Amino acid sequence: MLNQKIMKNEDLQNIINGFGTDLEFSTEASEFLNVVVPKEQLHSVCSQLKSNPDLKFNYAFCITGMDWGKELGVIYHLESTELKHQLVVKVMTDDRENPTLDSVHDIWQTADFHELEVYDFFGIKFNNHPKLRRLFLTPDWDGFPLRKDYVDEANMIVK
Amino acid sequence: MGVEKKRFLNQMEAEGLKQVVPDSFPGKVIPGGNGGNIVVTTLDSVINWGRANSLWPLYFGTSCCAIEMMQTGAPKHDFSRFGFEVARPSARQADLIIIAGTIVNKMGPVLRRLYDQMAEPKYVIAMGACAISGGPFYYNSYSVIKGADHVIPVDVYVPGCPPRPEALLEGMIMLQEKIKTENMKQKVNPIDGFDEGK
Repeated sequence: MLNQKIMKNEDLQNIINGFGTDLEFSTEASEFLNVVVPKEQLHSVCSQLKSNPDLKFNYAFCITGMDWGKELGVIYHLESTELKHQLVVKVMTDDRENPTLDSVHDIWQTADFHELEVYDFFGIKFNNHPKLRRLFLTPDWDGFPLRKDYVDEANMIVK
Repeated sequence: MGVEKKRFLNQMEAEGLKQVVPDSFPGKVIPGGNGGNIVVTTLDSVINWGRANSLWPLYFGTSCCAIEMMQTGAPKHDFSRFGFEVARPSARQADLIIIAGTIVNKMGPVLRRLYDQMAEPKYVIAMGACAISGGPFYYNSYSVIKGADHVIPVDVYVPGCPPRPEALLEGMIMLQEKIKTENMKQKVNPIDGFDEGK
């Protein structure tokens, strides 16, 4: 195990490319291989990333919400604790009124609370999530404070 | 007749006043100024001396200023030298709360409860930019209270980000000097009227 070779990004890309259509890859300005997945294919691509014997991405070490200004989205940092390679999966949606993505909590259980956090701060809803609720903010909180267009006149200086 | 009483009577005489005691009053009247003030001021200074030199701070640190506060208590700077003997983990046993760090909206009620649980007299030091005004980093945020003095009354402000241990020590010594000027008769509880915007 100590002498195992960590898979190169090109090899990762070749395997993952077969998991879906319209996957966009890049390594620009990133330590890891980035793959942008269309939101309809998110769940199927993620379950293949975990179950494929050459990849075995069994650990989602960070799940982050993101507001790109126009799109809302989620960034998944994945790692294989066995094969020692990492991958970044990005998924985004144009719908700012009612953004909805698929939950991956049935693939990586840690995603349960990470998705609660994303919901709390970005208002992204997750299909099939066991119980979406406010996690850090109070239950009666109005709005999603980490969105770029969030307005709080009492506490924030408008620039 | 004590010196004070004599001085009081002489002063009354000089001002043309007389002690008015109704004839029907059955007892004996001891004039004011019978040395009582001397006893009170002396008591004050003894009590203040005791209070100022045995301030026990509460363990309370909400961000990086707490590291400097710990350093102030560690052997190199050692606030025990000035009577901040032991930091207490319970608000019931503490006289002083050093707000070392950012206070967010969710922490505000907790800080207030801790303050209310402390036994009087109690003192507050706001340490660092976050506790004074919300801080240099997080002020433009939905979550940060812009200064701990929106929650509880503060006695001494120590600026810095974070302040060095020497600065905190100076702030603590300033608090001791403040306590030494206290007067039992005129002492006001800083929390009285605080919520009404005093």
